[in-house]
Amino acid sequence: MSHNILVLGVGNVLLADEGAGVRVVEQLQRRYVFPPQVELIDGGTMGLDLLGYLDDKTHLFIVDAIISRKPPGSVVIEKLSDPPAYFRQKISPHQIGLSELLAVASMQDCLPPDITLFGIVPLDLATGLEMSCEVSRAVEQVVLAVVKELALLGVEGSAVSC
Amino acid sequence: MAKRIVVDPITRIEGHLRIDCEIDNGRVTKAWSSGQMWRGIELILQDRDPRDAWVFTQRICGVCTTVHAIASVRAVENALGLEVPLNAQYIRNMMIGAHGIFDHIVHFYHLSALDWVDIVSALKGSPKAAAALGQQLSPWPHNSEQEIKAVQERLKGFVGTGQLGIFASGYWGHPAMKLSPDVNLLAASHYFQALDYQRRINKVVAILGSKTPHIQNLAVGGVSNPINPDSQSTLTIERLYYVKTLIDEIGDFIKNVYMVDVAAIGAFYADWTKYGAGVTNYLSVPDMPLDSKGTAFDLPGGYIADGNVGSFKPITGFNDDFFKQGVKEGIKHSWYKGDWDRHPWEEETVPQHTEFQDNGKYSWVKSPTFNGKPAQVGPLANVLCMYAAGHAPTKTYTDGLLQTVSTLAGAKVGIEALHSTIGRHAARAVRCAVLHDSLLGQWQSLMDNIGKGDYATFNQPVFPKGEQRGVGFHEAPRGVLSHWIVIQDGKIKNYQCVVPSTWNAGPRNTKDAPGPYEASLVGNPVANPEKPLEVLRTVHSFDPCLACAIHLLDPDSREIVTVRTMT
Repeated sequence: MSHNILVLGVGNVLLADEGAGVRVVEQLQRRYVFPPQVELIDGGTMGLDLLGYLDDKTHLFIVDAIISRKPPGSVVIEKLSDPPAYFRQKISPHQIGLSELLAVASMQDCLPPDITLFGIVPLDLATGLEMSCEVSRAVEQVVLAVVKELALLGVEGSAVSC
Repeated sequence: MAKRIVVDPITRIEGHLRIDCEIDNGRVTKAWSSGQMWRGIELILQDRDPRDAWVFTQRICGVCTTVHAIASVRAVENALGLEVPLNAQYIRNMMIGAHGIFDHIVHFYHLSALDWVDIVSALKGSPKAAAALGQQLSPWPHNSEQEIKAVQERLKGFVGTGQLGIFASGYWGHPAMKLSPDVNLLAASHYFQALDYQRRINKVVAILGSKTPHIQNLAVGGVSNPINPDSQSTLTIERLYYVKTLIDEIGDFIKNVYMVDVAAIGAFYADWTKYGAGVTNYLSVPDMPLDSKGTAFDLPGGYIADGNVGSFKPITGFNDDFFKQGVKEGIKHSWYKGDWDRHPWEEETVPQHTEFQDNGKYSWVKSPTFNGKPAQVGPLANVLCMYAAGHAPTKTYTDGLLQTVSTLAGAKVGIEALHSTIGRHAARAVRCAVLHDSLLGQWQSLMDNIGKGDYATFNQPVFPKGEQRGVGFHEAPRGVLSHWIVIQDGKIKNYQCVVPSTWNAGPRNTKDAPGPYEASLVGNPVANPEKPLEVLRTVHSFDPCLACAIHLLDPDSREIVTVRTMT
């Protein structure tokens, strides 16, 4: 059984913690080498442009800043077993771009069947390139969580020695 | 008694724009356009290496990343007087063309067509009648009854499960929706086809830019794509031929579907040629440079005053003082400290938020002016300027589209109809066709130049001591984009982006003259203030995108548009 997995980090890196999803993908790219069935994409704040990356994927990992009552720096990992419900909820600051993307993917029959959200609750959304300490720690936590989740799917990333 | 409505937020994509309208007797009598979020992203750039600026600026906006990268490298090159190798110009131009086509198609079909096309009504259309209509309008092979029926079944599936998805927020059944169910069904089938075509043309940007959404191949002084016709790891002839295939595929869609749909909607909604003109000073810049210095361009640009095409004055190159000296930004009605009109090189960015003051400060967006006047930017400005400059493809496509509209409407529709809400859509379709021709030309020029044995793609920038000032401009999908840079001893001292949505969505200026959104709304009909579809039509016709005009943040509500009525 060959899995085809897209790890999609989204967010705006110019707005501090808002870019946490992109930072996770950057870390994964820098520190690991994955086999070809894993694609790592820094999606920035894009919407429909990303449609092509969803083709033929069995799994989609979305890494994003999320709105939650939990304290800043919290990590929320959940399977989106019912993706349409996801569209109705307000979970991400890019809700319009991302939900539109998933809705269109669903209409085009290219929505990956297995979607997991790796969410990070932001603290600081001001203009700036540095993340808060809380969210920096959460980014590290999510990097390891993504590697672990990939391993559960039988896809091992090898750490790059630096 | 006048009623006031607030539409907030108004974009279908990210960004946060609030529109306030006073409505009296079913018409808009006054309008305010307000950017709701503070930005200040330029501040991040201060003291950085000018060679890195484009990497940051392309993150400003979630929709137009490529355009901010292009304008940024051009600004630094302009400050240094640095020439760009021909191959690099052609590669950049191809990215510009492909991105523009992608953006126009998405804007029309996915971000604004549903202001005119009633998706729910399409469920009642007859696939047979819709196919017959489509075949009468164009030779497009996918207007078959079978394909249209499949789309209708798909739509029924969504509606049946209560999952309208991205269609959830439309004003279905609104009295201002005038198309028959058959026409709605035909348009809906093109909505789905456009989804497929937009991703194909976006591949061109991905191949040349090494990656989307954020291209990686730019450099101050050229591009980083090494050209080697024989090496697999570089831009090979094989890849370039694949790019050509993608460009060819989209051409049929633009000419046989997009232009035809816009003409049909224009004819069915002919009354909308009377609304939405607003500010008729038009500004556009030349683009698709054909030489290393930026003095010759495939697409002309310039300025038209008071809607008079005969008044056209061209902007001739990257160093033209007519543009360089003409642009100012004012803050009388913007949430910044003070009240001034300044050239972008002289601006400072000190926020000062107040409440929403109808006659005072009410927006985070500044008010740009060209030689002291507000100006409309975007495809309409661009097409009118290219038409005035005698650009042959622009004339052909514009006249052709107006002819189709005239035939369908049974009345002569001339170029003056373009100064309107629906005219902006028509101009965008014309521009898309013009871009496609230009894109083909750029591809051929690149191949010819490589054929001559020229593989150069990069000139090394050198930063002298002291201060240099530059501007990089670009005719982006939403209009004139300019980045203004002041470099001091090799570091960025000041950086300002004057973006298309600032020109169009800006508040009243220092002389209290309204901006293009505000002016275009006055006189618009509004059948039902609770459902101000007509207001959305006019604002959407500009292709609003405030993510870069201001900082982006989510709306608090799931509703795409919240309307509050105040008395």
